[in-house]
Amino acid sequence: MNTFRRPGRGRTHPEKELRFSFDSKVYTGYEGDTLASALIANGVHLVGRSFKYHRPRGFIGAGSEEANALVAFDRGPGRKTPNVRATTIELFEGLVAHSQNNWPDVKFDVAAMNDMFSVFFPAGFYNKTFMWPKSFWDKVYEPAIRRLAGLGPAPTQPDKDHYASTYGHCEILIAGAGPAGIAAALAASDAGGRVILADEQVELGGSLLSVPQAVIEGMPAWQWLENSLEILRARENVRLMPRTTVIGYYHDNFLGLVERLTDHERSPAAELPRECLHRIRAGRAVLATGAIERPLVFADNDRPGIMLASAAQTYLNRYGVVVGDNVAVFTSHDSAYEAAFDLSDANVRIAAIIDLREGVPEALLEEANNRGIDVTTSAVVTGTSGRHRVRQICVNTMKNGVVEGGAKTIICDAVLVSGGWTPSVHLFSHSKGQLKWCQRVGAYLPDAPNENTLCVGACNGTFGLSNVLEEGAKAGGDGRTYKTSEPLSGTGEIFQSVPTDRDQTRIKAFVDFQNDVTDKDIKLAVREGFRSIEHVKRYTTNGMATDQGKTSNLNALQIASKAINRPIEQVGLTTFRPPYTPTTFGAVLGYRDGDSFEVTRKTSVDMWAEENAAVFEPVGLWRRARYFPRNGEDMQTAVNRESAATRHSLGIFDASTLGKIEIVGPDAAEFLNRMYTNPWTKLAAGRCRYGLLLGEDGYITDDGVIGRLADDRFHVTTTTGGAPRVLAMMEDFLQTEWPSLDVWLTSVTEQWAVIALNGPNARKLIEPFVDGIDLSLKAFPHMAVKEGKICGIETRLFRVSFSGELGFEINVPAHFGRALWETLYKAGEQFDITPYGTETMHVLRAEKGFIIVGQDTDGTVTPDDAGMSWAIGKKKPDFVGKRSLARPDLVASGRKQLVGLFTEDPEIVLQEGAQIVADRDQPIPMHMIGHVTSSYWSSTLGRSIAMALVKDGRTLNGTNVFVPMPEQTHVAKIGGTVSYDPEGARLDVV
Amino acid sequence: MLLIRCPYCEEERPEVEFSYAGEAHIARPADPSQLNDEQWAEYLFIRTNARGIHYERWCHRHGCARYFNAVRDTVTDKLQMTYKAGEPKPDAIGPSGGDK
Ligand SMILES: [Zn+2]
Repeated sequence: MNTFRRPGRGRTHPEKELRFSFDSKVYTGYEGDTLASALIANGVHLVGRSFKYHRPRGFIGAGSEEANALVAFDRGPGRKTPNVRATTIELFEGLVAHSQNNWPDVKFDVAAMNDMFSVFFPAGFYNKTFMWPKSFWDKVYEPAIRRLAGLGPAPTQPDKDHYASTYGHCEILIAGAGPAGIAAALAASDAGGRVILADEQVELGGSLLSVPQAVIEGMPAWQWLENSLEILRARENVRLMPRTTVIGYYHDNFLGLVERLTDHERSPAAELPRECLHRIRAGRAVLATGAIERPLVFADNDRPGIMLASAAQTYLNRYGVVVGDNVAVFTSHDSAYEAAFDLSDANVRIAAIIDLREGVPEALLEEANNRGIDVTTSAVVTGTSGRHRVRQICVNTMKNGVVEGGAKTIICDAVLVSGGWTPSVHLFSHSKGQLKWCQRVGAYLPDAPNENTLCVGACNGTFGLSNVLEEGAKAGGDGRTYKTSEPLSGTGEIFQSVPTDRDQTRIKAFVDFQNDVTDKDIKLAVREGFRSIEHVKRYTTNGMATDQGKTSNLNALQIASKAINRPIEQVGLTTFRPPYTPTTFGAVLGYRDGDSFEVTRKTSVDMWAEENAAVFEPVGLWRRARYFPRNGEDMQTAVNRESAATRHSLGIFDASTLGKIEIVGPDAAEFLNRMYTNPWTKLAAGRCRYGLLLGEDGYITDDGVIGRLADDRFHVTTTTGGAPRVLAMMEDFLQTEWPSLDVWLTSVTEQWAVIALNGPNARKLIEPFVDGIDLSLKAFPHMAVKEGKICGIETRLFRVSFSGELGFEINVPAHFGRALWETLYKAGEQFDITPYGTETMHVLRAEKGFIIVGQDTDGTVTPDDAGMSWAIGKKKPDFVGKRSLARPDLVASGRKQLVGLFTEDPEIVLQEGAQIVADRDQPIPMHMIGHVTSSYWSSTLGRSIAMALVKDGRTLNGTNVFVPMPEQTHVAKIGGTVSYDPEGARLDVV
Repeated sequence: MLLIRCPYCEEERPEVEFSYAGEAHIARPADPSQLNDEQWAEYLFIRTNARGIHYERWCHRHGCARYFNAVRDTVTDKLQMTYKAGEPKPDAIGPSGGDK
């Protein structure tokens, strides 16, 4: 049996003994334990080293507020979680955990010398160091800090678990299943609405689990709890959610809940998700989130064994574990007495109660006296000692608030502290509810809500069991009263920081245990001029650790308020942000992982490409065949072959991802006139035109070929990635600026499969299959479009070319895409038809100087910058972006213009994105005049080709510029963008 | 996640169905060529950036795809009302974040 167990106490199951390992040492605990309670039962208090000074640390709490006891929870490869609070890990057979932030081990930690050199690590150390010479930072400070500071190491393997997510609705969502929450649930579910009662702990009951001696409605608290849960379980409209943390409270009563499903199991079923994120829209939220006890700030208050009084009470009453044999109590609040009495009744020696207050309720003193406990009032703990655990404390008396000399030493192995209670207003604050300072409680309390919210119980500053139950019931909609036993008293005083007789510059009194922030740091921040509590927080990092200051924010605020010499309500409070407790990325991600990370859009030809060994690339949400390697070809070899085949005979390309919008109506042409730079009125039915779309700011936003099928019907194509954006922009203008235009816009991207045939044999291939369209050069010239049939399938046939070769784009209803592709592919064998992917498509278009919007443009390129002034309808009075083209900055010289770039060494293929300079010999940092936008090896031309945006590029035609790269500086000559067939003769090959 | 009432669908729907579309009641000038550079820049770039009541546009992107207007308090993030495009600017309750 564990030395520190008290048989007969607690809710654990001694008949189910569990073995577990911590730092490779095997211990035993019971079912129902947490890792923390089981370690304490074994007398283990030293469980980690602190963040900055590497000081030995133990448990400060017993729940999710824990700031110190962060461990690495190891559930096997791919299942290691760093920085988990040992107080929230449920024990199971074979559990493995490790201490962290220490080397070589937790008892002998080399970096603990940080503590001795702490004069070098004051508040703002990191900020100040940044201002020192950069070389110091790179070479000295950063590596040192990285080695020494930090939390547990991040996992190195992919997460093996999977996660779930779901949406839900309810009339009332209750956060927290303590007495207030349960009373609210009983009342609310009586009325019939859907009720969700969520609590972060494995057992519902909250504070009731720690006070078995309380009496509710004439029965022991645990009996009342069991009866109440039985009633709630039986109600179909109630959903009880243990192990579920309400992590955030968002707009319009939308709450995020994370339910932990498998972390407590030794070998969970593989199909079970580890956690589930519930997104719940609630009619009303009842917040019954309780309160967290506040530590006292005194010298060396961080030794293992020094913990919150309520935590010790929980360890005893809930887990049957005592935190020591000889326990001292240091308090400014009545509630610590209850913990002391419970421990005393469990045969723990109470070394002393040291109370900061002058006046203590008589009833408490009497009870202490009955148990033979020595109470010293107006007294203060001025120091502690003990290397790996507290061994003794120094106690001084005070007179009129001033510490008197003559410290008395008290031997002890644990110290329970209580500085009062901090209501957990986090969720209320997430929802933008206003907080108000309450002097009675010494804390901020909920004031005006911003949502349909009710706060009940301790989180609302309501204490006393019957008060709490009745407030809960009222929030649930009934006015019932409760008869309960009441604690002896519930008052306390708030001490900003505990008075001391010591030299304050030489002691460390911790405020934020997780980030190692002392009261000295906060005072220093104020001395250095920080007045806003938000700035003090960032400068000292108080409250910025993974516990978000649950035990430290109020103490820090009070110390700052005193140092600033301004009332606390004028200093304000830092903002609470979700999540309430650390949340796994997995839970946030849910199902959106791996293949489900985002939608993969596939064309009707996609499977054929996969069967034919295509290498794919993502383009927007689409996956597109990038190239089709044969016999182990690398990409360049495949692209060389594909482009040669297309230029010399016939290439086939899946262009189905092109965005397509059908624009129909009597005002269709007028609408296009207003949207696109080009004129559309005179475009005849059966003809196409390249369209350029600008934003209202005058910059190129999209492009594509637009075919006029009839006077009132246009088939618009957009870039693959731009389709939704373009449709949204068109809808916006149509609906809100020109609602009188009689036009309809329909997205038809997914409705048409598009097979592009390019090469001198393209016409010969399709001619036999086409009905109703005369394909002769004269009847069906370049930039023609006709509706007809191919292989008996209705088609919109475009004669367009993005390669510079004779080209056709065959649109057929999407479900015929693959069948047509295979028919053409088979028939194309006579021409050695070659499928090509996006890479070859890019090379072919770059040889022709065709731009890719978003690659050769970047949202700051005008038509003139791109050398495309020809696309602007000069006679049009207006179109989107036209007025901006006359803005001074857009007509000024010195703009970057699109040019061709030809390396001196034709073998060099420049890197896309590489910067360009005019003078290779200038000192670093060089003056950059542009950058490479597109760059490829052109097998057709037997050299590299590139396009670039260069300042005043067109005026530099024929001159050399330089592209400095780490290994060497490349020389390149500026030229035109069209490198292949500038006359366009290839388009009309017969 | 906000609940937004689409004035066309006449239903309150979750924010994920909508996309934000900038400040409302900024009409595109009938003839932009008549505006000088300063006036055009004002139309193009200058927005209220209200702290308080804000008139703004939303699109029920994954619903009816219609654009409509809304009144939102940027401090509380509460939508006070929504109304169809083209309807007059309504009076809002609460401190105005700047009236343009
Ligand atoms: Zn709608």
